Amino acid sequence: MEIKLKLNGKAVAGSVEADTPLIDFLRQKGCYSVKCGCDTSNCGLCTVFLDDVPVLSCSVLAARADGHAVTTLEGLQEEAADFVGFIADQGADQCGFCNPGFVMNTIALLRENPDPTDDEIRAYLAGNLCRCSGYEGQLRGIRAYLDSRKGKGAQNGN
Amino acid sequence: MMTIQNYVRPQTLEQAYELLSKNRRNRAVAGMLWLRLTGGSIQTAVDLCDLGLDTMEETDDAFVIGAMTPLRKLELAPGFAAYTGGAAARALGDIVGVQFRNLATVGGSVFGRFGFSDVLTLLLALDTEVELYGAGRMPLAEFAELPQTTRDLLVRIYVKKTPGNVAYRAVRIARTDFPVLTCAASRLDGKVRLCVGARPGKAMVLDLTEAAAGGLTPDTVKSLAEEAAKQILTGSNSRGSAAYRSHLVRVLAERTLSQVGGFGNGD
Ligand SMILES: Cc1cc2nc3c(=O)[nH]c(=O)nc-3n(C[C@H](O)[C@H](O)[C@H](O)COP(=O)(O)OP(=O)(O)OC[C@H]3O[C@@H](n4cnc5c(N)ncnc54)[C@H](O)[C@@H]3O)c2cc1C
Ligand code: FES
Ligand code: FES
Repeated sequence: MEIKLKLNGKAVAGSVEADTPLIDFLRQKGCYSVKCGCDTSNCGLCTVFLDDVPVLSCSVLAARADGHAVTTLEGLQEEAADFVGFIADQGADQCGFCNPGFVMNTIALLRENPDPTDDEIRAYLAGNLCRCSGYEGQLRGIRAYLDSRKGKGAQNGN
Repeated sequence: MMTIQNYVRPQTLEQAYELLSKNRRNRAVAGMLWLRLTGGSIQTAVDLCDLGLDTMEETDDAFVIGAMTPLRKLELAPGFAAYTGGAAARALGDIVGVQFRNLATVGGSVFGRFGFSDVLTLLLALDTEVELYGAGRMPLAEFAELPQTTRDLLVRIYVKKTPGNVAYRAVRIARTDFPVLTCAASRLDGKVRLCVGARPGKAMVLDLTEAAAGGLTPDTVKSLAEEAAKQILTGSNSRGSAAYRSHLVRVLAERTLSQVGGFGNGD
């Protein structure tokens, strides 16, 4: 079947099977940041935004995305650039495989809740699994980013 | 592994129902999270996403929850959070992750009648009814006992605003894993209920109204919890033994009933 959707702001079309998962369609369209970590809806690595809501692209049919807007990390480079450096500074990643899912879901968190507590960060990112780290590095990185943003806000008199 | 031959998005409930009635290998698709692991070979996937059932409404006497309402929407609904005194967030907040709960639906959770279900445990402790296309409304407790058929179409879930309070606790080996045991207690209009799921079987409800007629005092709660541990049937699986689960029934029953009684915080 033919589907049409908005991918990272651009109209795209393609032919898919009734059971093609969204992740396969997105990778066919060159969005290689979207990866499959578990294929059982458990790891969060395949996170994309469907109409601005973070979802697991391994678990959504490409057919369901027909007529909707999908955003991947490729379309959010500027928003991600703000804080990925802080995560890297903490040495949070080891192999880095989980990173795209973490970054996508952190963007979703900060859009929904711009000033989260540590517990709110933990709760929001609980569905992003990392096989290498103990999650503390990612938490410290996000905290450092939020603190620096507050520092800048204070300097600007906000 | 799930395979699908055809994909259809019906625009009316009638169309959806007709498609589901036509062939046993036609299946309703909601969040698809469970279906994709267990659905097998599907002739026509009947995606319910265009039926306008993904909204939740609060009326004077009930929360009317469309079957396609994502779990995350239910978790965040301020009126429902206030009515359940935070029990909704407790029951839903550890189900895998935010991205998962943006997809998984209340209807899929109720229709599935899963043994491990946090959702079913919570809703059975409340005054909940379900609406099936064609068959109308029935209490959730009744629906939970019916065998699953692929033809039934669940439309809405009604949680009545019966005055009272509810408490929820579950035990997990790790956050986001399936629960080892789920437990909800409620006192609604004087009716006291204890609901225990992930036994690992489907949630069981005990009506404790008579036993608690003298009021929920610390002593009564202790003996009700001990009695519940004897009455609730438990089994063993990879997450815990029957003996461990029965121990947890006593502990969680005591904590949730204490909270409902107004002298504990559930922890
Ligand atoms: C990996 C994993 C972990 C989970 N962990 C938990 C947990 O810890 N706690 C918990 O409570 N739950 C858990 N669940 C269950 C989950 O929360 C949902 O209950 C489940 O996925 C079903 O919801 P869904 O919207 O995905 O339904 P689907 O998978 O789309 O459908 C499930 C079944 O219901 C049928 N169906 C769906 N909607 C309707 C309808 N409106 N009318 C008729 N039939 C319908 C489908 O045909 C299918 O047979 C888990 C599920 C998975 C896959
Ligand atoms: S690949 Fe989608 S959740 Fe793991
Ligand atoms: S850094 Fe290796 S999986 Fe997270």
